[in-house]
Amino acid sequence: MSAHADTHAHDDHGHHHKETFVTKYIFSQDHKMIAKQYLVTGTIMGVIGVIMSLLFRMQIAWPEQPNVIFEALLGKWAPEGVMDADIYLALVTIHGTIMVFFVLTAGLSGTFSNLLIPLQIGARDMASGFLNMVSYWLFFLSSVVMVISLFVSAGPAAAGWTIYPPLSALPMAQGGSGTGMTLWLVSMAIFIASSLLGSLNYIVTVLNLRTKGMSMTRLPLTIWAFFITAVIGVISFPVLLSAALLLIMDRSFGTSFFLSDIFIQGEVLHYQGGSPVLFEHLFWFLGHPEVYIVILPAMGLVSEIMATNSRKPIFGYRAMIASILAIAFLSTIVWGHHMFVSGMNPFLGSVFTFTTLLIAIPSAVKAFNWITTIWKGNLQMNPAMLFSIGFVSTFITGGLTGIILGDSALDINVHDTYFVVAHFHLVMGISALYGMFAGIYHWYPRMYGRMLNKNLGYIHFWVTAVCAYGVFFPMHFIGMAGLPRRYYTNSNFPLFDDVSNVNVIITIFALIGGVVQIVYLYNFFISMYYGKKTVQNPWRSTTLEWTAPIKHIHGNWEGEIPHVYRWSYDYSKPGHDEDFVPQNIPLKDGEEELQH
Amino acid sequence: MTALLTIIVLVFILIAIWQMVKIFDLAQAKSSAGDEIPGVATDKDNSLNGYLMMGFLAFIYVITIVSCVKWGDLPLLSNSASEHGPTIDNLMIISLVIIFFVQTVTQFLLHYFAFKYKGEKGKQALFFADNNKLEAIWTIIPVIVLAGLIIYGLNTWINIMGVDESDDPIVIELYAQQFNWKARYAGADNTLGKANVRLIDIDRANILGLDEADPNAQDDIITTELHLPKGRPVLFKMRSQDVLHSAYMPHFRAQMNCVPGMITQFGFTPTKTTAEMRATQQMKDKVANINEIRVENSKKLIAKGEEALERYEFDYLLICNKICGKSHYNMQMKIVVEEEEEFNAWLKEQKEFKNSLIN
Repeated sequence: MSAHADTHAHDDHGHHHKETFVTKYIFSQDHKMIAKQYLVTGTIMGVIGVIMSLLFRMQIAWPEQPNVIFEALLGKWAPEGVMDADIYLALVTIHGTIMVFFVLTAGLSGTFSNLLIPLQIGARDMASGFLNMVSYWLFFLSSVVMVISLFVSAGPAAAGWTIYPPLSALPMAQGGSGTGMTLWLVSMAIFIASSLLGSLNYIVTVLNLRTKGMSMTRLPLTIWAFFITAVIGVISFPVLLSAALLLIMDRSFGTSFFLSDIFIQGEVLHYQGGSPVLFEHLFWFLGHPEVYIVILPAMGLVSEIMATNSRKPIFGYRAMIASILAIAFLSTIVWGHHMFVSGMNPFLGSVFTFTTLLIAIPSAVKAFNWITTIWKGNLQMNPAMLFSIGFVSTFITGGLTGIILGDSALDINVHDTYFVVAHFHLVMGISALYGMFAGIYHWYPRMYGRMLNKNLGYIHFWVTAVCAYGVFFPMHFIGMAGLPRRYYTNSNFPLFDDVSNVNVIITIFALIGGVVQIVYLYNFFISMYYGKKTVQNPWRSTTLEWTAPIKHIHGNWEGEIPHVYRWSYDYSKPGHDEDFVPQNIPLKDGEEELQH
Repeated sequence: MTALLTIIVLVFILIAIWQMVKIFDLAQAKSSAGDEIPGVATDKDNSLNGYLMMGFLAFIYVITIVSCVKWGDLPLLSNSASEHGPTIDNLMIISLVIIFFVQTVTQFLLHYFAFKYKGEKGKQALFFADNNKLEAIWTIIPVIVLAGLIIYGLNTWINIMGVDESDDPIVIELYAQQFNWKARYAGADNTLGKANVRLIDIDRANILGLDEADPNAQDDIITTELHLPKGRPVLFKMRSQDVLHSAYMPHFRAQMNCVPGMITQFGFTPTKTTAEMRATQQMKDKVANINEIRVENSKKLIAKGEEALERYEFDYLLICNKICGKSHYNMQMKIVVEEEEEFNAWLKEQKEFKNSLIN
């Protein structure tokens, strides 16, 4: 099968060949189909993750109150409709895991790297269609294992998405640390394998399969973002794999990598000499770059969409690439800021404070460049553009509080409070989700040949935007009042009674924001069949994917792959009739390519 | 039954969306000039969404102001109860001021530009791809601001974390287990006896695993309430017997994880007794507010035939701030800060380790 894909990748004439239902829709090696598979799987996981968050938000707002929804969805975990404390922690844990890895890593990167890398660089397909297929199916398998873990009798993993041992290592410490945790670890190990195969493929494809004329400095920023994301993934995911494997060893084979001197439920355990702090280091060596694995692709998508819809070149193309590189480099040396109060040497804390706050510089450069991109533009307010502007807004709001959390002295007091929850949800949760939505609204016609309904898109954006701020802005204040996260109820702390009404407001916003996603899902699935047919290049964009035929063909272009003569941001360039010049249009006589 | 109702509601929502789409589409078919592409924003859309952007900017400002006014009376920004507390608070306030300033300005630029440059047919966008001067400006300004914050922050951090043994701190062990806290005082010798969880002997009431043969352990005192003398430096040594916990004392701006297999530490000097803290105006207001809320909630409880809530009185707390299992949400210990004489008197009443063992 791989030979098959290879002949295609090198075949400049794009012969059609027979595809059966199975090779076309299920075990497809076509990057466009795989992208859609990633998107639909990610969407399903996203629905599960969001429903979980609504469930525990209701518990936080109305603690220990009977609720028919709990009774219906949680069964034995909600006796008489009151949510159990164990399942509360499990919901928090699995919500985090699903959203970070399954939706915002696989769903976002998997979808758009697959769809756009070959189409935007002018390649017939990924370097290895077969590996690409394996990558998707491993992701699918890991999703299935994660979903199965929700149904084991002692409950799913409940140690927080960071699964710090010993809590995650000892079945007697918590119900969820039994079979549930085993399945969690197995699922993540498969997920990492999937992610590595995907990343390697992206890197090789970008480096080797660019069409004639497509130099690295003519690449759209989307490709730069996907490329660097893949590099970070290859560097950091194996470390999480090693942490997971060592944890499996501790759990099942009696080793002591992360455990030492433990007395629990009346007995001393044999573990000696390990340290949970080692696990924290290994976890966050992936865990922190992971937030950039999530946010960089969103930044790439947003840069592209903003330029297209502003009818202006992206401002500071080179600075944008430089800041992606700077962020990628810094992201691998800041992980310790999650561990200021872990018992790590305070001197290390100083080093990590320094490196962490440096990340604010490339982030600020990016934010100002986006703002300058829309300055004096001719803004086409398509839903994708709204989500892109929303992205910049939440990225700024969420990013700014990073200078508090990254500062070790301040982190002492807000570490693990709701302040952190508010910060990371805005800066990497909501922002990345906006990036993903922007991408979906923008490239939906490229994926399905039909348009999404824009009015539903507007409703979706505005309600979501208001709710996102309604949920996460007040949350900073609960955090600054000192309320720890992951508390099943605050009723044992009268100290926090004065913020309980804030929690009700937050939950109401969350519920509205959750329900309005139905509008989006409706739009997404119905438009596949009933949406208006798209035209060739609906957004009047310059990049190569809009030159490929609307109907998907294996090999992407009939005939020769287009050649590239200019960078991807020739919008409103003086001297042209149209306000955009596609990359495959040769320079006019006497026209100079911008020295960018 | 619930499931059925839920499905019916969902179906209704879907039908409602379907109908709304139809209405929108019909309305648009009438107004459109004919040359537009379905699904792509028209000038009307641009204009409407441009105004909504300004509305959204107002919303961001309003939610900021409302949050600050309603919930901005933060006990964690002032009124700290430890010597290093004000340094953290100052740094926090400076950071917040910078954040609010940058937030206000950048959000304004973003949303105002989105409004001002909303698209119109035939309008020409400015071809403006690069400007090294601008890039330099918004690289250098953050560099300067961050350099200041880094230097200030690191200075504060080093002062807090550096333990100065010369000012003779009282050594106290904080001992964490699922799901409660214990404190161990070092006694007259101010040296904690050796301990390891392997030495725990529940039958003899050696619950923290002290080395019974260690002379330093004999006068150690184990308590379930943490008393601290005002004005004396305290050095906490943290231990955990089972999983990770975090000793969080928000009013003292103090936090450190408790890690099985190692001893972690954090030191501070309390500056306000519990009584003094209760007497501050800020705390009085806060407690009055909380009690008002509790009275309201009690009314509802009584109506349901349940017990009313107790009146709240302020106490310092040590709370667990690292997920540690089912009852993580209820792992706390009362902290009492008192004058040194009261503290000494209290300590004298407690049993020494050698007398607390059951033989």
